[in-house]
Amino acid sequence: MSKAILYDSTLCIGCKQCEAACARQNNLRYDDGVASESVQSEHKYTVVMTKGDKFMRRLCMHCEHPACASVCPVGAFHKTKEGPVVYDVWKCIGCRYCMATCVFSQPKYEWGSLNPRVRKCIMCPERVVAGKPTACAEICPTGATKFGDRDDLIKEAQDRIRQNPSTYLDRIYGLHEVGGTCVLILSGMNVEEFGYPASAKIGDTPMPEYTGRVMERVPDFIPVWSLVLGGIYWISHRRAEVAAAEAEERKNGGAR
Amino acid sequence: MKFKFTFWKTVFLVIMALGLYSAYVRYAHGLGAATNMSDQFPWGFWIGFDCLCGVMLAAGGFCMVGAVYLFNVESLHSVVRPAVLTAFLGYLLFIVGLLFDLGRPWFIWHQLIYMNPHSVMFEVGMCVMTYTTVLFFEFLPNVFERFNLKTPIKWIHKIYPVLIVAGILLSTLHQSSLGSLYLIMPSKLHPFWYSPALPFFFFASAVAVGLAMTIFESTQSAKALGRHLELSVLVRLGGALLVALWVNALLRFEDFFRRDMLRQIVKPSYEAYFLWLELALSFVIPITLLSFRRVRLSPGGLYLASVISLFGFITNRLNVSLIGFETFVGHHYVPKWTEFSVTLMIIATGFALFGVAVKYLPIFPREELVDEGFTLSKVMAPNVSPVLEHAGD
Repeated sequence: MSKAILYDSTLCIGCKQCEAACARQNNLRYDDGVASESVQSEHKYTVVMTKGDKFMRRLCMHCEHPACASVCPVGAFHKTKEGPVVYDVWKCIGCRYCMATCVFSQPKYEWGSLNPRVRKCIMCPERVVAGKPTACAEICPTGATKFGDRDDLIKEAQDRIRQNPSTYLDRIYGLHEVGGTCVLILSGMNVEEFGYPASAKIGDTPMPEYTGRVMERVPDFIPVWSLVLGGIYWISHRRAEVAAAEAEERKNGGAR
Repeated sequence: MKFKFTFWKTVFLVIMALGLYSAYVRYAHGLGAATNMSDQFPWGFWIGFDCLCGVMLAAGGFCMVGAVYLFNVESLHSVVRPAVLTAFLGYLLFIVGLLFDLGRPWFIWHQLIYMNPHSVMFEVGMCVMTYTTVLFFEFLPNVFERFNLKTPIKWIHKIYPVLIVAGILLSTLHQSSLGSLYLIMPSKLHPFWYSPALPFFFFASAVAVGLAMTIFESTQSAKALGRHLELSVLVRLGGALLVALWVNALLRFEDFFRRDMLRQIVKPSYEAYFLWLELALSFVIPITLLSFRRVRLSPGGLYLASVISLFGFITNRLNVSLIGFETFVGHHYVPKWTEFSVTLMIIATGFALFGVAVKYLPIFPREELVDEGFTLSKVMAPNVSPVLEHAGD
């Protein structure tokens, strides 16, 4: 069963311990300077944003049907059966199609490096495989970031909404967006206000389907189009041959 | 050896010097230092121009090969070789451009071992690789003829039908697939340019560009080489270009109509200005020009209409790849000067290589000049030395 992260922004106190734990887990520098940065970057995979007394976390959504994995020409991204979308740096050629594609704009790049890597939250795959929660979920003091089975977390989220309809908006962001994600968000205000793409805009269709519709025709297109082109070639050259032969015949006929 | 500085030579050298410095910045300090790309704009001018426009502008090769060898249009025979040469150089330079843009260009060969058949980029990569090989074989007879190697020419002629069919098949696939690259970004690319029909537009416009580019390069090289311009060929190409432009324009109109965009595109907005520029340059002006018989029959008019439409389709590719993302991102992307100068260096290299190739290889056949009985041209034909002076043209 697929694992997931449930982030309940109403429980979040903005302590940013998840940021620090994430940095430790991924061997990234974390100090006051990094803590004050409010955008994700190649050295900050997750960020806690503040708006008045409201908080919101951003991290890779770990789509059920990840666009990054489908567009990568060398398959450097793949979805593991446990849920995380992980990155194999040794395959990457640096085309950055994953970055251009991601609706959540999650992959970030080491622009200053001479051998740059794509950087994003990879959902602590070693921990997940070992049965442990992600670093951010483990450290969260209020349970705002919770790790578990996706189906269980969905049920729990629905229960929370039912029990406190005044606290929550009646929506779980990530339940259906782009075919579902492994990060689910509960909130009292619209996540779009924190820069998440609007559900209506990104839709429920898994992103790979947009290209899949075209790509699945390619295997049929190649033989059919080759035959058509070959046929045109044959006909147009046969015509010239026939015309030449006829001209020859007429000439011979005239001489006789 | 005497080296004389002419205007174009000086321009060429300046471009190369700046380009080499920019290349140094790119490889010594990374993409961040050499470009204005960012996490918000991961694809910049090098993808938009060098890759999308580069491949599009090299479409003349498959268009002319298709016309002459597939449909057996004998009258266009004289433009096939320069078109194939342009395409071959174009694809080589596209690969050079890619080596600048890729973050880890030294792993470009990973494409061959870690294949992901679901990826449009993978399809484009494989097609470009095989098509460049096909173009190499289509170009080889020039070299063989130059050194009078009869046997290999015979071999090439044996596989020619395969080369022709493969070349057109591969071109159809990757020209359209460059449009398919953007199909997965419906929420990011502005609705003026995002359309499920993008692959069709990219292919249809590549055909129009192939024709316009052939007119452009024939005129240009005739001027540079002091050759006689075959008006009959240009007129045929111009007629075909007019048809291709109409087809493209109708496809675009139908798409806007079906997606209910017609009312939005006439309302002034940042994107609308760029769309108007694109539509005016690629359709309105050249179609109007070419509708006049007088223009269609004059080399100057054909040249002008072709160049304007080329600029139009270049605008289209830049709109799809850059302008169309600005609203989503929320800020503008303006390429750094180093990005422009690398691109300029690549273009200048292309012109120079074209000049060298036509000087040393039988790209423009001489017999036809004799056939047409232009004694003056016959005398002038072997004297092609001025070509390098115009290398930067």
